[in-house]
Amino acid sequence: MEKRGAQGALYFQNEPKLIGRGSIAGEKESEGPLGSMFDEIEPDCHAGCETFEQAESSLQKRAVEHAMRDAGAEISEIDLLFGGDLLNQCSGTAYGIAGFGLPFFSLYGACSTMAESLLLASLAVDGGYASRALAVTSSHFCAAERQFRFPLEYGGQRSQNAQWTVTGSGSVVVADEAERYYARVTAACPGRIQDYGILDASNMGAAMAPAAADTLLRFFEDTGTGPADYDRIITGDLARVGSDLLYRILEKHGVNLRPVHEDCGLLIFDRERQDVHAGGSGCGCCGTVLCAKILPELKRGALKKILFLATGAYMSLTSSKQGEPIMGVAHLLQLESPERED
Amino acid sequence: MVHESSIPSPVGKDCLFAFLIGGGICTVGELIKQIYLGLGIEKETAGILTSVSLIFLGVLFTALCLYHKLAKYGGAGTLIPITGFANAVAAPIMEFKSEGYILGIGTQFFVVAGPVISWGTIASVVYGIVYFLLRQLG
Repeated sequence: MEKRGAQGALYFQNEPKLIGRGSIAGEKESEGPLGSMFDEIEPDCHAGCETFEQAESSLQKRAVEHAMRDAGAEISEIDLLFGGDLLNQCSGTAYGIAGFGLPFFSLYGACSTMAESLLLASLAVDGGYASRALAVTSSHFCAAERQFRFPLEYGGQRSQNAQWTVTGSGSVVVADEAERYYARVTAACPGRIQDYGILDASNMGAAMAPAAADTLLRFFEDTGTGPADYDRIITGDLARVGSDLLYRILEKHGVNLRPVHEDCGLLIFDRERQDVHAGGSGCGCCGTVLCAKILPELKRGALKKILFLATGAYMSLTSSKQGEPIMGVAHLLQLESPERED
Repeated sequence: MVHESSIPSPVGKDCLFAFLIGGGICTVGELIKQIYLGLGIEKETAGILTSVSLIFLGVLFTALCLYHKLAKYGGAGTLIPITGFANAVAAPIMEFKSEGYILGIGTQFFVVAGPVISWGTIASVVYGIVYFLLRQLG
């Protein structure tokens, strides 16, 4: 069996198993459609800490603890940890997981970090370099706003295309062998940076949609599949604007994604009722949606075979002020339920 | 294609709210001025006191976490009056307290209002020079 397709798809020989998942979300997320599905709700935006940044680290630590409990494993059994967040130098993750004392790869995949960390953890497990690996990511609305945008109390109007950064964290335990698990990772496709010259920092969905299209089209070509071959194709954080743009780009290539598509940014909030404009975003968005909603559905067999693809946007305050465009990336995982069709 | 997928701003509604809320703030300002005048304060001093009072109210509403909620609907109506300027200075002070009084508040004080203050000051100097030269000429 080949390991790598011509367009960059990766095929896992040993099908790493997702054996534990943990999610924690903030108050606004708890008021959304998935409110009852999270393992824990943290209604205090400071999470009992002094700063928003400390609160984010606390969320991440607790998501890992939920995932470990769910997997029925001890932290000492983890060989490698892959994690990241939106804060400078991935400090949210570093402070959050410092106490675990695990070998740690710090990732900055922006909003794609859940898929990126899970992809790398699966690669490590599939290659035999880890028996158990952990993937974790988080975002915090207040911490992200103050780093990327304006102070919270500043009276500005948000663009209709802007997305709302999710306060929450998701963590998944990946293992080489397991009797009971949520899903198998059977294939993946790492994303390529796409630059469509988007300059509007309040329209991240538009910057990320071309990256999602590129990764999907390459994966379809390598695997000879199309949207009809999957129960669901779930993107992370494209929200309303990016999802619409993704449909339009794929339609130009003769691919109709609409019947099977869902987006984490549209699943986590009720756009109209919760006043989040285009939808949710942030690493914690697809992190929590994957852990709270998608993995249990795969385990139950309600979903048999899906594509999970999280998108990220690369920009900083410096690059924006220097007039640089926002770059997009999208990492894809093919997840299958424990039940085998054959 | 990006433009077609984007969600347009409700310009009509935004303008109406900006007019009503911005007008409302100005009406409050006029009310305060009339009170000062009624107290027998001179016109010029009453004007200055009105500005000071509006700045106080802008900061108070920011501290009560209400100003940004009003601004969500008010838009330019809450940005343009002097209360908007007060909010732009007060908001970073509240936000960056977590980095301490010197390195937090001290450096981030003017993070939003800074450009207006710096360029406003420079523009006023240039205006002063031009005004002075014109007076000399004629």
